[in-house]
Amino acid sequence: MESKKQWSGGASLSISASSKIIDKSMVNYMTDKETKISALIVDDDAIIRKIHKTMLERLFNIEAEMVKDGKEAVDLYRSGANFDIIFMDKEMPIMDGPEATKQLRAMGVKSMIVGITTRAAGKDREEFLAAGSNRCFEKPLDRAKVEVVLQEHENFSI
Amino acid sequence: MEIHVFMGLLTLGPIVWKVLGKDILSFAFTVGFLDDQFNQLQKLQDESSPYFVMEVVTMFFGDSEKLLNSIALALEQKPVDFKSVDSHVHQFKGSSASVGAARVKDVCTNFRNICEAQDLEGCMRCLQQLQQEYFLLKNNLQYSFRLQQEIQAAGGSISSME
Repeated sequence: MESKKQWSGGASLSISASSKIIDKSMVNYMTDKETKISALIVDDDAIIRKIHKTMLERLFNIEAEMVKDGKEAVDLYRSGANFDIIFMDKEMPIMDGPEATKQLRAMGVKSMIVGITTRAAGKDREEFLAAGSNRCFEKPLDRAKVEVVLQEHENFSI
Repeated sequence: MEIHVFMGLLTLGPIVWKVLGKDILSFAFTVGFLDDQFNQLQKLQDESSPYFVMEVVTMFFGDSEKLLNSIALALEQKPVDFKSVDSHVHQFKGSSASVGAARVKDVCTNFRNICEAQDLEGCMRCLQQLQQEYFLLKNNLQYSFRLQQEIQAAGGSISSME
């Protein structure tokens, strides 16, 4: 069981049943119906998947699932899954990020899609945005970038 | 210059490193082996996952050595498939950026440009530089982790770098 306290400045503090303060600077992102924001991490690199998942869960209390390439992401959505935010790597085997983004948008997927690439300026960024992503960041994904994404997320409330 | 200083320091015995304590990591930040992303990883480590950084870095070591071998093999092919080389370097760049291995990442950035130019000699030089930077970083981090384990086993504690 958790209790949540909010301050006028907008930050909130989440205290678990064990009375341990998780992190004074951690913001508990909740939708209007108090359900957690969900995320999908799409990256062929296991190290990056582990880091991103841990960061989203520890710093932002965001539940994150992971897949290894764009095709797995598309198949997951086809099977009926849905996520608030997709963090999509660019270069992956089988199906890359921009192609997966195109296919998801063609399916009518409204999730926020954030492209992540090693070269966020120029061609890579244009390719992601043209495919239908909302944003494109350079690796690594860090706390500040996730905060930007969450601020823009339409269901975000604090 | 700082690489030679660091290599010299590495030859000192464990007792001296114990005195230097966590300054091994300070040195790594100072000379640019590591950047703020490594700090971010340390902040993700807590009581529920006290070895998170070590786990991630160990995965990085394993993947990196496979990638270095793959790059070396790809450069031996006749003719060289520069797209294949670039693909491996790209992967290396991504993982090094994510663990905060700044100098390795920078070499990878340069390496990708050389690949694009299909400059074989340049690629061989980059590979050599990549191997050097990677093994320097690995030695640094392994020493640091070993010391941390010894300090913690002796009942001490390690504060994270800020």
